[in-house]
Amino acid sequence: MTVAIPLTIREALDALSNTPDARLIQGGTDMMVEINFNHLKPNNMIALRRVQELRTWKKNIDGTVTIGAGVPYQEMETGELKQLIPALAEAARTVGSPQIRAAGTLGGNLGTCSPAGDGLPVLFALDAIVHLESSDASRDLSIHEFMLGVKRNARNSNEIITAVTVPLLDGWQGYAKVGVRNAMVISVASACLAVDTTTQSVRIALGAVGPTIIRCRDAEFWLSGQFDLSSTSGIDTAVAKEFGRRVALESKPIDDHRSTAEYRRHAVGILAQRLITRAYPS
Amino acid sequence: MNESLGNEMYTLHINGQDRPVVDAWVGESLLYVLRERLELPGAKGACEQGECGSCTVLMDGDAVCSCLVMAATAVGSDIVTVEGLIEQNPTMAITAQAITSQVTDVQQAFIEEGGVQCGFCTPGLIVAVHHLLDKNPDPTELEVKESISGNICRCTGYGRIFAAVEAVVQVRKANS
Repeated sequence: MTVAIPLTIREALDALSNTPDARLIQGGTDMMVEINFNHLKPNNMIALRRVQELRTWKKNIDGTVTIGAGVPYQEMETGELKQLIPALAEAARTVGSPQIRAAGTLGGNLGTCSPAGDGLPVLFALDAIVHLESSDASRDLSIHEFMLGVKRNARNSNEIITAVTVPLLDGWQGYAKVGVRNAMVISVASACLAVDTTTQSVRIALGAVGPTIIRCRDAEFWLSGQFDLSSTSGIDTAVAKEFGRRVALESKPIDDHRSTAEYRRHAVGILAQRLITRAYPS
Repeated sequence: MNESLGNEMYTLHINGQDRPVVDAWVGESLLYVLRERLELPGAKGACEQGECGSCTVLMDGDAVCSCLVMAATAVGSDIVTVEGLIEQNPTMAITAQAITSQVTDVQQAFIEEGGVQCGFCTPGLIVAVHHLLDKNPDPTELEVKESISGNICRCTGYGRIFAAVEAVVQVRKANS
């Protein structure tokens, strides 16, 4: 087994060309668990945590933000990124513990592509773009095309996830999740809601209740017909409740060791109801 | 530098010293390397999946779970273990034996306030509390709770630990 420690994206892609079977590792908070428990014994590894280019983010002139795949969650929790993308800050703050957030990254979340990954519902709600690079090409994929299923994504084996670009929306946005306790917990169900006042639309994306993150397009459309999204007054409790019910209908949860399908469907409806009520409090 | 490490030697920078790691499998966790190869058993191994925090160390100024760091990828990082928190003489902190007679203010407060019971979680908590108070000398109750939310203690119920943190805050305030 070898471990390559590139310092640039170029070096990382060279290492990937030299060892095409290599596993890419960011913060290691998922993969090291598998290695510690002997579930994974990789031949070769490429550690990306010293690639500085991946650990930066920038505000673009077109009103979007590009976040490097190696930016740790702790950097999204506070400061300017929190001001720009509040839902991402809320999601980041629920990831594991401070120790996990110091190491874990959005790139790792995308690479692993677990439906319970806390960053992913935010990326789905905001229609993020994933940037991929190989030694001879680069491409951009919508997050909706990137995530294919449980721990499956559209990354080719010769590509590295370099960054995600997230549009900045004008409107309330937030993230909520249910787990067995308040810290250090993997989602049983999660949801991200974002209001876009410019297009008079609301977006809601659900985590851990289906093989991919789920955008509830029917519930989103229904709500925009029921409620003036530019309103500054509170949402009617009955409308919020019906929104939650419709969101729950679009979830596709399963029974597993963390919860039951029935509970997840119930919980995700409540999360949607709470989020829309937080967006339009009375 | 695009280093490729096989099963040979690499060097980690720990507690201010360069520590060669010889004949190690390159996939070993930092926790394993600290404890089994470098005679630094302060960080404890319990869950080995980042849940318990008993293996917490500082890496480039961040508190991280050493069980989730592949040691070979920590080449070039500045690592501080619980043994290295001794401010008076950090170079003494090569092995556990060298530091048994010295404690930090946080360790002293844990002793005095009864924050140590079985002691297994203590090294991780000591590192996490140092990390918190060195960045934020006067944290709110919520900030204290959140900052040690990744460190599980099954004995104390946390009350004595919060009391120890508060004691350090007061002592450091009085001394500043």
